[in-house]
Amino acid sequence: MDTLANLALGFSVALSPYTLMLAVIGCFLGTIIGALPGLGPSNGVAILIPITFTLGLDATSALVLMTSVYYGAMYGGRISSILLNIPGDEPALMTTLDGYPMAKAGRAGDALVLSGVASFVGAFLATVGLMLLAPMLARVAYLFGPAEYFALYLLAFCTLGGMASNNQAKSAIASCIGLGIAMIGVDNNSGIPRLTGGNMHLADGVDFLVAIVGLFAIAEIFFFIESHGKGTAIGVKLDKVTIPWKDIFDCKWTMLRASVVGFFAGILPGAGASLGSFMAYMSEKAIAGKKGGFGTGVARGVAAPEAGNNSAAGGALVPMLTLGVPGSGTTAVLLALLMTLNITPGPTLFTDRPEVVWGLIASLLIANVVLLLMNVPMVKVFVKILSVPPALLLPGVTMISFVGIYSLSGSYFDLLLMVAFGVLGYFLRKLDVPTVPVILGILLGGQMENALRRAMVLSDGDPMFLISSPIAIGLWIAAIAGFIAPMFLRGLLRKPQALTD
Amino acid sequence: MASDRIFGLVVLFTALAYFAGATQIQTGFMSDPVGPKTFPYLVSGAAALAALVLIFKPDPDPAWPATRTLANMGIAVVVLVAYAYLLKPLGFIVPTILAAGILSYQIEPRAKTAALSGVGLAIGLFIVFRFALGLSLRAFPHGWGL
Repeated sequence: MDTLANLALGFSVALSPYTLMLAVIGCFLGTIIGALPGLGPSNGVAILIPITFTLGLDATSALVLMTSVYYGAMYGGRISSILLNIPGDEPALMTTLDGYPMAKAGRAGDALVLSGVASFVGAFLATVGLMLLAPMLARVAYLFGPAEYFALYLLAFCTLGGMASNNQAKSAIASCIGLGIAMIGVDNNSGIPRLTGGNMHLADGVDFLVAIVGLFAIAEIFFFIESHGKGTAIGVKLDKVTIPWKDIFDCKWTMLRASVVGFFAGILPGAGASLGSFMAYMSEKAIAGKKGGFGTGVARGVAAPEAGNNSAAGGALVPMLTLGVPGSGTTAVLLALLMTLNITPGPTLFTDRPEVVWGLIASLLIANVVLLLMNVPMVKVFVKILSVPPALLLPGVTMISFVGIYSLSGSYFDLLLMVAFGVLGYFLRKLDVPTVPVILGILLGGQMENALRRAMVLSDGDPMFLISSPIAIGLWIAAIAGFIAPMFLRGLLRKPQALTD
Repeated sequence: MASDRIFGLVVLFTALAYFAGATQIQTGFMSDPVGPKTFPYLVSGAAALAALVLIFKPDPDPAWPATRTLANMGIAVVVLVAYAYLLKPLGFIVPTILAAGILSYQIEPRAKTAALSGVGLAIGLFIVFRFALGLSLRAFPHGWGL
C-alpha cells in the first residue's frame, strides 16, 4: 500500500498541466533525437542538459522534461534502425537484425508500430519493477558503509568495462582516463588544488557536462566528416501504416519475457541497455529455435530487442537512484543531470526527497503513455525527420552544444575543453576504446576516492577493512568476476554483425 | 597493431607524467591516512599496467581515413577552436554562419547547401535560443545593439 500512496504523491507532483506539457515536448524532442541517425539517447540528453539548466526549471520540471527525452529517445532509436539499418545507439543494434529485413519486405509500417508497442510494454513493466524493487534496494543500501561503496564503484567499472569493450585493457584505460580527470581540481579534504598544472581554469575541476557533450556530441561530427554523411538516405518506403493486431497478439509472451530479461540485465551496475536488448533477442532466438526464422524479418525478432532495450533502460534507473551508480551510458548522463540539479542519488533520496523519486517514476509512466499515443499515429511525421540532411543536422548539433556549454559558464576555456574531448572521443572510438567508462569515471571518481579515504579513516589505514564485511566481499568477487568472465565468454557473447546490403 | 601500440605508449607516458604530477601534490597538515596522493597513484598505476598489456597484445588496426579526410578533420578542429574564442567578442550570428557553413561544407562539399545551412542555423538557432528559451546571447559584437 505504501507504494500506492507514494505513487499518488508522485502523480500529484507530476500531473500538472505545465509538467504534462513538458512531458509532451520532451517525448516529441526525444523521439526526434532518437530517430536521427548519429544522435542517440546519450548525446541527446547530454546536449539538452546545459540548456535545461540555464532555463532555470525547478528540479521536478527538469526531471520530467529530461526523462521524457530519455524515454523518447529510446523509442525513437528504433525508427532509424528499422528504416535505415542504422542503429541510433548501441542498444538499438539488435533491432536492425529483424527490423530492417522486415521493412525491406514491405512491412515497414508493421515493424514500426509493433516495435512501438513492444517499447511501451518493456518500459511500462520496467517502471513497475522500478517502483517495487527500488525502495527495497534503498533499504539494503542503508547497510552500505564507505568500504562497501568503494567496492560497489569498483563493480560498476569492472562490469561496464567487461561488457562495453572487446578488450579489457582498453576499458580499463578508459576508466582510468575518467578517474584521472576527476582528480583534477581542489582536493575535497585539504582544499588544496592538485594536478591542475597551475592552470587557474582547472582549479574548479573539469565539469562533467563539458566532457559528456564533447565525447558524445562533438566527436560525432568527426565521424560524419569521415563518412561524408553517406548512408543516411532512406532505403525503404513507408506506405500506409496500419496496426498489426495479429502480430502484436502473437508477440505477447515474447514481449513479457524480453521485458523481464531486459529489466534484470539493466539492473546490473554498469551493464545497461545494450546487454538488455542483446540478452532479450538471444533468449527469444533460442526459444524460437531454427524454425523461428530470427534474422529474416520476423515480428518476434523486432518485439524482443525493443521490449528488452526499453525495459533495461528502466532497470538501469534502479541502481542509479538507489545507489548512485548508473547502469548505462544514458543513465550516467541522467546522473549528471541529477548532480547538476543538486540532487544526490542514493538510499537517502527515497526518504529525504520522496517527491523527486516518485515524481520521476510518475513522469516515466506519463511519458510512456504519451509516447505510445504519439508514436503510433505520428510515425510518419518522425520518418519525415529522417530526411534532414546531415550537412544541416551535424553543424546544428555542434552549435547547440556550444551554446549550451557557453551559457553554463560563459567561459571560452570550457568550450576549448569540449572540443578537446571531442577529438579525444573520436580517437577513442576509432581505437575501439569505450567512452562510457570515461564519463562514469569523471562522474564517480570524486565519490570513489572519498569512499576509500573515509574507509581508511575509519580503519586507521588498514587496507583489509575494504574486504571486512560480507557485502563488501560479495561486491569484490562480483567485480572481479564481471571483469574476467567476459574474456572467456566472448565467443558466446559475441554480438551479431549488422546486416549489410 | 601499430595504432594500439602507439596509443599504449601515449597512455603509458601520460600515466607516468600523471604520477609525477601526483608526487608534487601538497598535503595539508591535517591529513587522513590515505591523503590526496594515493588515489592518483593507484589510477596512474592501473593505467600504466593496462597500457603495457595493450603494447604487448595489440588489436588489429582500425581503418583510418585517408590523409585528405584527416586534413579536413584538422580544419574542423581549427574552426571549432576559433569559434570557441570568437563566440564572446563577435556575438552569435557571424561566427555561427562561418563555423556552421564550413562544417556543413566538410560533411557534404556543396557550396550552396553549406552557405544556406550556415545562415539558416545562425538565424534560426538565435531566434530559438534568445526568444523561445530566453538565454542571454548576444547577436552581434558589443555596441551594435541586440
